[in-house]
Amino acid sequence: MSQRKKKERDFHNLSTPMNISFNLIAGIFSLLCVFPFLFVVIISLTDEGALANNGYRLIPEKWSFSAYQYVFDMGDSLIRSYGVTIFVTVVGTIISLLFMSFYAYAVSRKSFKYRNFFAFFAFFTMLFNGGLVPTYIVVTQLMGLKDTVWALILPLAVNAFYIMILRTFYSTSVPDAIIESGKIDGAGEFRIFLKLVLPLSLPGLATIGLFSTLGYWNDWFNALLYIDNPNLVPLQSMLMRIETSMQFIMQNASNSSLSLEALRSLPQDTSRMAMVVLATLPIIFAYPFFQRYFISGLTIGAVKE
Amino acid sequence: MKMVGEFFKNINRNKVMLFMVLPGALWFLFFSYLPMLGTVIAFKEYRFSRDGFWASIVNSKWVGWDNFKFLFSTDDAYVITRNTLLYNIAFIFIGLILSVILAVILSEITNKRLSKIYQTGMFLPYFLSWVIVGYFTFSFLSSDRGLLNGVFESMGIESIQWYSESKYWPFILVFVYLWKAVGYNSVVYLASIMGIDRSLYEAAMIDGASKMQQIRAITLPLLRPIITIMTLLAIGKIFYADFGLFYQVPRDSGTLYGVTNVIDTYVYRGLKTTGEIGMSAAAGLYQSVVGFTLVMASNYIVRKFDKDNALF
Repeated sequence: MSQRKKKERDFHNLSTPMNISFNLIAGIFSLLCVFPFLFVVIISLTDEGALANNGYRLIPEKWSFSAYQYVFDMGDSLIRSYGVTIFVTVVGTIISLLFMSFYAYAVSRKSFKYRNFFAFFAFFTMLFNGGLVPTYIVVTQLMGLKDTVWALILPLAVNAFYIMILRTFYSTSVPDAIIESGKIDGAGEFRIFLKLVLPLSLPGLATIGLFSTLGYWNDWFNALLYIDNPNLVPLQSMLMRIETSMQFIMQNASNSSLSLEALRSLPQDTSRMAMVVLATLPIIFAYPFFQRYFISGLTIGAVKE
Repeated sequence: MKMVGEFFKNINRNKVMLFMVLPGALWFLFFSYLPMLGTVIAFKEYRFSRDGFWASIVNSKWVGWDNFKFLFSTDDAYVITRNTLLYNIAFIFIGLILSVILAVILSEITNKRLSKIYQTGMFLPYFLSWVIVGYFTFSFLSSDRGLLNGVFESMGIESIQWYSESKYWPFILVFVYLWKAVGYNSVVYLASIMGIDRSLYEAAMIDGASKMQQIRAITLPLLRPIITIMTLLAIGKIFYADFGLFYQVPRDSGTLYGVTNVIDTYVYRGLKTTGEIGMSAAAGLYQSVVGFTLVMASNYIVRKFDKDNALF
């Protein structure tokens, strides 16, 4: 930085050379962040034959839509994975918003006698956890969730950190006076929550809801742990499985005729990249919303009481 | 008797709130507190029993500290601890420097619309899953088709078998991590730069301070609290590695384990691939206990700096 020290004293703005170099740095980094995605889009639009000759190129010798054609013809398993992901994302987000907004609201109410106990009950899980192995055993053996869609939904449903954020949000943006006025009008606690508190806390819920949605859409870890049934494999996990089986065949290529056969049954490079693009597109479309709410989520404020 | 009556009265009086807390409380019970009890299997030779969870735990034989002794008698314990710590230290410090520099740059760029566009770009990687990032990395590093080897070939340099040469991976992993995290973190810092009172800069301009002097004398000192807190909180989590980064990006390549195996991947493989459940649970408990100590310690330090920003 120090070589780029000011030459002149401009009181109001950056000097022109510095402005240019700042723009360059930020622009290049920003491009670097987007570039891999664009590159994968290019690969997915490359002709498979050209790819075999030249490898992945920035400007392919021959363009082709056949990868997408192939992916759509393949249909079934891709559509099913999309379906699993969409179901898990929608149901999961609803459940987690329900669980967390209830919990956070109760804990935020001063009239709730056990609020400190339950606040700590949630908070302690941020400090200490049992780790992967006991969790896995509880989920599979005690709850019997292995190979069920709930194994993709429930483990991500509640997050103590989000509860803390929501609680702060309730206690700062929902004035006690409103709740009192509801009581005077004779509304029960539930009515107060639904009619008075929920509308006021929508921005906070929207932020947490988007965090959840993104978490569910991008999750592959729970599928890796708990799902063997091919009909229950979400999108991200399917991408992972294709990659793993490719590698497996490559590594065990001693029986070449057999492995060639197996390789042919798997989607080719371009089609796999097309699937990557198709798995990412919804996020790209939802991006403007995400960005707005994430930044407002960052400034939602201190987590503490 | 009176106390019991009092208790039920309290329950009744708070019944709506208790009902609201119930689903979440059950979730914590099953997904957090039962697994905490389940850490006892680190001290057992775990056997799956057909009679379910409790039977498995009760019927497995106590072996005391044996699992831990095994764990620490191998090289693994050292390697995974070293990898986890060193990578996290690199992530925290390089990430901090780059994010703060970028945040300052973004805040100073004259054209605010351009600055917004740059932010939009650098925010993107944060939203992508590690599976997708793994594919991205592969498109660059694939040994026969990847972009890097293609460029090397055209320049007459010998191509590299990226996924089997471990010496490159510390750099690759740090690079990929920074690629994914720096944009997001710099937006966090940018948000707090935007919160700085503009009149401070105006006063400095009137006194003839250059932009660099302003950055050094106003922006950075006012960022110090949030930098300190974010860093200390990150240090509290230094014993936990990002599983996706270390599992997806190197494509679980066995020849790279020496530089890619971290506590989290070790525990996962013990559970799912090698089936050494006791040892894997021991490694997990080791992580939880040391992690807990570090969170408490770093929070204690945050409290000393700034009570308002401590976690508790």
